[in-house]
Amino acid sequence: MSGGGFFAIPRIISAAIFAPVLAAVVSVNALADGPPKLPRGKGATCVEPLDVMRRNHMDFLNHERDLTVRGGIRGRKHSLVGCIACHAQRDGHGDFIRIDAPGQFCHACHEFTGVKMDCFECHAAVPDTSASHAAAPPFVPPRRGGYGGETRP
Amino acid sequence: MTAPANRKRRKLLAAAASTVAAAPGLRLMEWAAAQSDAQPVTAATRWGLLIDTDKCAVDCDACVRACNDEHGLTGTGRPETDAQWIRKVTLTDEHSGRVTSLPVLCQHCEQPPCVDVCPTGASFRREDGVVLVDKHTCIGCRYCVIACPYQARSFVHENLTAQKPYSPRGKGTVEGCTLCVHRIDEERAPACVEVCNSGGGDDCGNGALLFGDLNDPQSAIARRLKSAPSRQLRADLDLNTGVRYENL
Ligand code: HEC
Ligand code: HEC
Ligand code: HEC
Repeated sequence: MSGGGFFAIPRIISAAIFAPVLAAVVSVNALADGPPKLPRGKGATCVEPLDVMRRNHMDFLNHERDLTVRGGIRGRKHSLVGCIACHAQRDGHGDFIRIDAPGQFCHACHEFTGVKMDCFECHAAVPDTSASHAAAPPFVPPRRGGYGGETRP
Repeated sequence: MTAPANRKRRKLLAAAASTVAAAPGLRLMEWAAAQSDAQPVTAATRWGLLIDTDKCAVDCDACVRACNDEHGLTGTGRPETDAQWIRKVTLTDEHSGRVTSLPVLCQHCEQPPCVDVCPTGASFRREDGVVLVDKHTCIGCRYCVIACPYQARSFVHENLTAQKPYSPRGKGTVEGCTLCVHRIDEERAPACVEVCNSGGGDDCGNGALLFGDLNDPQSAIARRLKSAPSRQLRADLDLNTGVRYENL
């Protein structure tokens, strides 16, 4: 439904959010609120260095999408299910909040930069808690050096 | 043929790692796969399903329910447009009155008409024989729905919520049986096969569904196909289906 190539120009904008000087130029409103405050993900690090993640997560996702759908390669570090498992937040009752709900992880930045994506029209926006799947041994990110020295495809 | 090397490695890794802490949504298997240099599926395997209609009970729809559960196919109360990946079909011989019951689903053809007609390449056949829709490129034109001789594809007409994490579905795209790729990629049988072969309670336990690798001469399905007569639905179309029927 979307291709990485289209985002070449807006990516400049993405770099701009994190450069306060440029951010001031983007919009007076945005300046007033500042960049969105994001809830921190689970674990010590993300699946790639932070700056890489901020800029390139959509490319990782697009690539992973094809590997999984066409090649049957599953559950690697760039999996969308994985983003949700680490980044989804719980509400006061301990229930998961949709990750694309206002202010939530996959919404806050996108709202700020005017990105609209349709991924969660199909993809579950909360982690898998169904009995058959939750019963299986849980996932833990490895400590050392990210994900086991896997070479990026 | 033997399981591809990466599968074996996944298994080994899964067995080796045991001390883990919680993050919902991901399983150890997936973590193991993340560690290995996983390779894409290849044509060395061709997944197939053999359905013994003698063992399939007329009043049993356990496979349909298991499929609906697995993929979150919930009805809207409008059966004409609800998605259906497996349909139970009952045939009555007009002369003898003999009744035969069988599940009909995507036949995972080697020469799939749904793939031929797709204008975007969204309808495709995976190397290991599973015919799928890449919903990321599906434009919802429904040519494939018309082209399929088995009426095995559904169109999603309405907005959906609460989809299963491993089975994303959404309005405006076509879908059908995936042979539970998310399960077979992890060496688990498709949901319908599992329920048909497990006994007791709501489960079916009739053992009418046999799943496996058609390319592996040692697999139960290949041996059965060699030793007993079976049929393809609409064999006249010469599609070389991955789903076969016995006693039909
Ligand atoms: C740190 C801010 C930030 C966070 C957090 C964030 N994004 Fe993004 N995302 C962006 C920016 C900025 C763009 C636009 C980049 C561009 O246009 O080049 C973008 C673009 C995208 C795109 C491409 C949009 C399209 O039209 O196809 C996808 C997909 C995406 N993000 C997915 C996600 C997901 C999934 C999450 C939650 C796990 C997420 N993003 C969290 C900043 C963020
Ligand atoms: C029309 C429905 C639909 C939409 C919209 C959609 N996907 Fe998917 N996506 C699927 C299906 C179906 C699969 C295959 C799942 C499987 O085989 O396990 C999938 C699989 C994936 C995967 C591999 C599985 C995983 O969790 O890592 C990624 C990555 C992915 N999609 C990313 C995206 C992104 C990013 C977007 C938004 C830009 C998106 N998808 C929008 C239906 C959709
Ligand atoms: C193992 C858990 C884990 C997984 C899986 C994961 N993340 Fe993260 N992510 C984190 C943590 C922890 C941080 C904060 C890291 C830091 O502050 O150094 C983070 C930070 C981020 C940031 C930067 C947020 C900011 O504050 O600017 C983005 C964007 C992001 N992740 C997107 C994603 C996407 C997209 C995916 C799926 C491809 C993903 N993450 C998968 C744990 C994870």
